[in-house]
Amino acid sequence: MSTIQKSKIELAKAPEGIEGPGFFATQIDKVVGMARANSLWPLPFATSCCGIEFMATMASTYDLGRFGAERLSFSPRQADLLMVMGTISKKMAPVLRQVYEQMAEPKWVLSMGACASSGGVFDTYSVLQGIDRIIPVDVYIPGCPPRPEQVLDGILQIQELAKSESIRRRDTEEYKNMLAKYNIE
Amino acid sequence: MSNTLLDNVNEKLKAKFGEGILSAEMHYDFPVFTIRKDIIHDVIKFLKEDEELAFGFLTTMCGLHYPDNAGHEMGVMYQLHNMPKNYRIRLKTFFAIADPQIPTITDLYATANWMERQEFDFFGIIFKGHPNLKRILNMDEMTYHPMRKEYPVEDGTREDKDDKMFGR
Repeated sequence: MSTIQKSKIELAKAPEGIEGPGFFATQIDKVVGMARANSLWPLPFATSCCGIEFMATMASTYDLGRFGAERLSFSPRQADLLMVMGTISKKMAPVLRQVYEQMAEPKWVLSMGACASSGGVFDTYSVLQGIDRIIPVDVYIPGCPPRPEQVLDGILQIQELAKSESIRRRDTEEYKNMLAKYNIE
Repeated sequence: MSNTLLDNVNEKLKAKFGEGILSAEMHYDFPVFTIRKDIIHDVIKFLKEDEELAFGFLTTMCGLHYPDNAGHEMGVMYQLHNMPKNYRIRLKTFFAIADPQIPTITDLYATANWMERQEFDFFGIIFKGHPNLKRILNMDEMTYHPMRKEYPVEDGTREDKDDKMFGR
């Protein structure tokens, strides 16, 4: 007879706070950060082979759903995380930039693979030499293409950012200056 | 068979166009003809409409650039196919880079429309009579024709490849 195994599922831990009978008090930005980090809606901007690795990341073996990011958003307006996966040609650059501008705050950008991060082997007149020339990037994943484990690690780093940032990052001077450098309002 | 094809086509072209056929030779197993620029449209029209040759399909075409070939730097290559008999030939024509104009063949093969746009995009060859000669692959803002050999292939804005290993 088989024994019933104890569930291995771990729930996200509650942030530090003061607990008593019937109440729990903590900082609101920690709660909001936890909620944001564990329910990212990624927008997959997949243009080449990195996109194939991302499909594996989404599928059952690696299962991005374990980290609360299984709901892909194909509309930038509802997405939190722009995942740029693959070669971005100069002709595609304004499209990518428009997608980024259409996303609502808070938003993060993950650049996957050598091409998105630096142009990769495509050191040529038609290819954008890294997406950070047109939009700000939070996390870079190296590799050509990176393995799904690396993608998961990148997502976890985005989660750390989401947890530790203030609720209204968009109001900070630093963030405004950063966007101004890219001529984004 | 290819040699007989070469002779056969060469005979017909010589009879019709005479000195306009500059050369006819085999490159490996492929018959290649070099045609004077001013008759290239007539030659292709003849090859398509001749009942025996009937090259009804334009497989591909591409631009050529030989910077050392003074007076004939630019060129266009056409590859024609007779599908029922499976005959293939290649035509080349050359002209000066100062005046890169050549008649369009979109009136003969509709498929030449996008191919000629590509040659315009990458080599700046002007196809006279083309219905819509604008860039097809590169961004519209591009100000040069990148496959011409005076331009570097690499992107000039990249800073991380300037050491001796990469040769910048």
